[in-house]
Amino acid sequence: MLHYLEQEARKVEKREEHRALIENVSRRKVLGGALVASGFVLSLKILPAGAREPLKPYPTGAEGMSDKTVSDPHVFIAIDKNGDVKIVTHRSEMGTGIRTSLPMVVADEMEADWSRVSLVQAPGDEPKYGNQDTDGSRSMRHFIQPMRECGAAMRQMLEAAAAAKWGVDPALCRAKAHSVVLLDDSKKETGKKIGFGDLAEAAMALPVPARDSLRFKTAGEFTLIGKGETKIADLRNITVGKATYGADVRLPGMKFAVMARPDVLGAKMKKYDATETLKTPGVEKVVEIEGVYAVPRKFHQLGGIAVVAKSTFAAMIGRDALQIEWDEGPNASYDTDAYTKEMAATAAKPGKVIRNEGDVDKAFASAKDVLTVEYHAKHLVQAPMEPLVAVARIKDGKAEIWAPVQSPYGARKDIAEALKMPIEDVTVHVTLLGGGFGRKSKWDFMIEVALLSQKLGGDPVLLQWTREDDTRHSFYHTTSVERIEMGVDDKGKVTGWRHRSVAPSIVSTFAPDSGYQFPIEYGMGFVDVPFDIPNFRCENGQAMAHTRIGWYRSVSNVPRAFAVQSAICELAHKVGRDPKDFLLEVIGPDRRIDLKASGFPEDFWNYGEPYESFPIDTVRLKNVIRLVADKAGWGKKLPEREGLGIAAHRSFASYVATVVHVAIDEDGTIRVPEATTAVDCGFYVNPERIRSQIEGAAVMGMSNALYSGISFKNGAVEQSNFSDYNIATMRNYPKKVTTVIAEPQGPDWHTGGIGEPGVPPFAPALANAIFAATGKRLRNLPMGEKVT
Amino acid sequence: MATITVNGESRTFDGDPGTPLLWYLRDEAGLTGTKYGCGQGLCGACTIHLDGVAVRSCMTTIEMADGKSVTTIEGLSPDGEHRVQKAWRELSVPQCGFCQAGQIMQAASLLAKNNAPSDAEIVEEMSGNLCRCGCYQRIHAAVRLAAEGV
Repeated sequence: MLHYLEQEARKVEKREEHRALIENVSRRKVLGGALVASGFVLSLKILPAGAREPLKPYPTGAEGMSDKTVSDPHVFIAIDKNGDVKIVTHRSEMGTGIRTSLPMVVADEMEADWSRVSLVQAPGDEPKYGNQDTDGSRSMRHFIQPMRECGAAMRQMLEAAAAAKWGVDPALCRAKAHSVVLLDDSKKETGKKIGFGDLAEAAMALPVPARDSLRFKTAGEFTLIGKGETKIADLRNITVGKATYGADVRLPGMKFAVMARPDVLGAKMKKYDATETLKTPGVEKVVEIEGVYAVPRKFHQLGGIAVVAKSTFAAMIGRDALQIEWDEGPNASYDTDAYTKEMAATAAKPGKVIRNEGDVDKAFASAKDVLTVEYHAKHLVQAPMEPLVAVARIKDGKAEIWAPVQSPYGARKDIAEALKMPIEDVTVHVTLLGGGFGRKSKWDFMIEVALLSQKLGGDPVLLQWTREDDTRHSFYHTTSVERIEMGVDDKGKVTGWRHRSVAPSIVSTFAPDSGYQFPIEYGMGFVDVPFDIPNFRCENGQAMAHTRIGWYRSVSNVPRAFAVQSAICELAHKVGRDPKDFLLEVIGPDRRIDLKASGFPEDFWNYGEPYESFPIDTVRLKNVIRLVADKAGWGKKLPEREGLGIAAHRSFASYVATVVHVAIDEDGTIRVPEATTAVDCGFYVNPERIRSQIEGAAVMGMSNALYSGISFKNGAVEQSNFSDYNIATMRNYPKKVTTVIAEPQGPDWHTGGIGEPGVPPFAPALANAIFAATGKRLRNLPMGEKVT
Repeated sequence: MATITVNGESRTFDGDPGTPLLWYLRDEAGLTGTKYGCGQGLCGACTIHLDGVAVRSCMTTIEMADGKSVTTIEGLSPDGEHRVQKAWRELSVPQCGFCQAGQIMQAASLLAKNNAPSDAEIVEEMSGNLCRCGCYQRIHAAVRLAAEGV
């Protein structure tokens, strides 16, 4: 995400990109030897596609990311003489299972025995490992190919080492289950074999095979990919309390700190009095951390007073005793109620045209009926169970930071700048993340602790954010008004669609705020709605940001899918049609959307993916709708006060459809006995973790739909902790989530994302189910726990 | 001076008796398996056993624990093979894993007093333990599995 944002802010010229690309490749040549660098960029174009090869290389958006990808086995794999294999995992683990799933890909391609594999978490070093920004549901989407290349190259090196040892044709050597076996001329196993450990040294000394000579496994040869039986690597440590998260890092002599920050964005400290704080037992120091007040704020620290103590608790008590006076500045008037009214007024007027096809005004003028619906959504905070925390130490001119961070290299660059140190002297270690959901891509909390350590003369220090800090000083999911007008003709066909979206934009955090959104946000469920409606118009109304707007799992797709999928269901009911049939009909014929003919903006984002590899394919969207409808028994008779609702949405290059079964208690409490989701994320690796992501997405979808909301009063967040920022609990969550994983129907159903795409369809499916059960239409997020 | 048995080992603490056990365990005793999630008894991530019963360590002070026995996730089973831990692994419950120590301690406490909990009793006992990743379905199933035999 951030990389795209920076691009947007800087408007990077294509020529510069190209130059960087060339520099990058030549640098790798120097570092890794000519063979290693035999042309990542070129390879995508020159790789021949063997007819029976399951992996036909295709371009991805990884090429547009900083430092792109690396697939050098010397970077990612080490084999010990005893046969133990270490695989580097360079993306951050926040619960998706990626720390396990990408190494699984390497291990499978190289024929390693998974029980002999251990993982090494990479520090933030993108020039070495490729892009590490674990965000945008991109890890598998961008790295399945490089990791397969990496594993296949290693396998071929092991086979070549065995061939040299035996003095035979490498074609007679086949890696199998952690050994290389010798084949006879009819390609049957002879029984002769050598273990990987015995081949390690010789294999690692061989040149890395050129990319176009790699042989990838075929579907029938996989041992791990697609199997669904592989447990996450950290499972045991998690269950015995030995997994290391951010706050679990312990350094000799380490101090504990918390910080007081301004409640209103941009507020500056006028004065403070720490007399009582310094009398608090255990408190050792108070340190002022200067904020950065320049706009755009990016991920700079807010500034404030850090209280350093012998324990976290002492620091918290000390902070309570601080007296601080703030000069609050222009954002002190931010008020959610007033702001929502303004957004609704803006949405009622024409806005900036983002996509236009046909003539929607004409369509409405000649329509039999025009239905206008409006959906509101509050801000959200990511609220991972692990509040923000980081540890820093500066010793002998070297800074080390340990943190649960989604983007360790981005953090490293900004920390180096804040510390005024060369980047080579800054190391960022990645711990496990106790949840991330987008918050831990923003490294303000790491800059704070690095500056604090520097001010303490380099002493090791852990800076803990309290839950209240985490709730009140986030980069918030936007608040929005989505207004949709739909025209139908006398045959019940939808002839016109006008969607006006009004929401403060993420780009305000990175560039001067124009009040308008930008291609990334337009591309998330707004301009990319794949409906077969001849007159289609998307407009964006202005909304200035008064808090730091950031991203939250699924980003703009949350309010957009809620609006679009609720709206089309509302229209189905209005014209007396079954919502599922009507949705399929509105999506229309089998096709890959022709962007130009459909009036898409020229800079259509498509999740950063090249459109040719990742088109908007109505076949895939309709497929998941049919799959989920079948599985959930769409159309079945239900008791009174129960109902089914359906919604479907493409995001992060994956297609998801959800049916929610709702049951309304006598007192109006909304319950979900069952939710069924069909997901098509293309060629997939770890079905067990796909299911867990979909189960989790349903729970987060329920939180978004019913419970969670952040509101502002006098410029400050009104919520503080789980007492007033509510999320789904064991008492009320989708009790039974069934996941149907769609099998790819073609070699070009490429791997899409899985961390985020499950979330967007849940809330509209639930709202549609509530309507089916009660006849009440809920249009504002959060909808509340009861239907009244 | 308070004396507390932590995972079978007797320890003394002469700091502020109002210190929550959570911070004593994490910052003084070095037992980081117990997690801070909210500090207000709202999320359950810091759940430990006090004389065998699940409590929130962020709301339990040293004073309240004086003379008592504390068990943390590290001490639940000498070999990590408590039936709840085994059930958690069998069903691959965790996603990020941060809340799971608290969940496991809560479930172990439930099963110690009620070996055959109903679904409603599982919900009642586990409802104060939040999981933002949304592992509730598997948590429920794992408590049931631990009760019925892994």
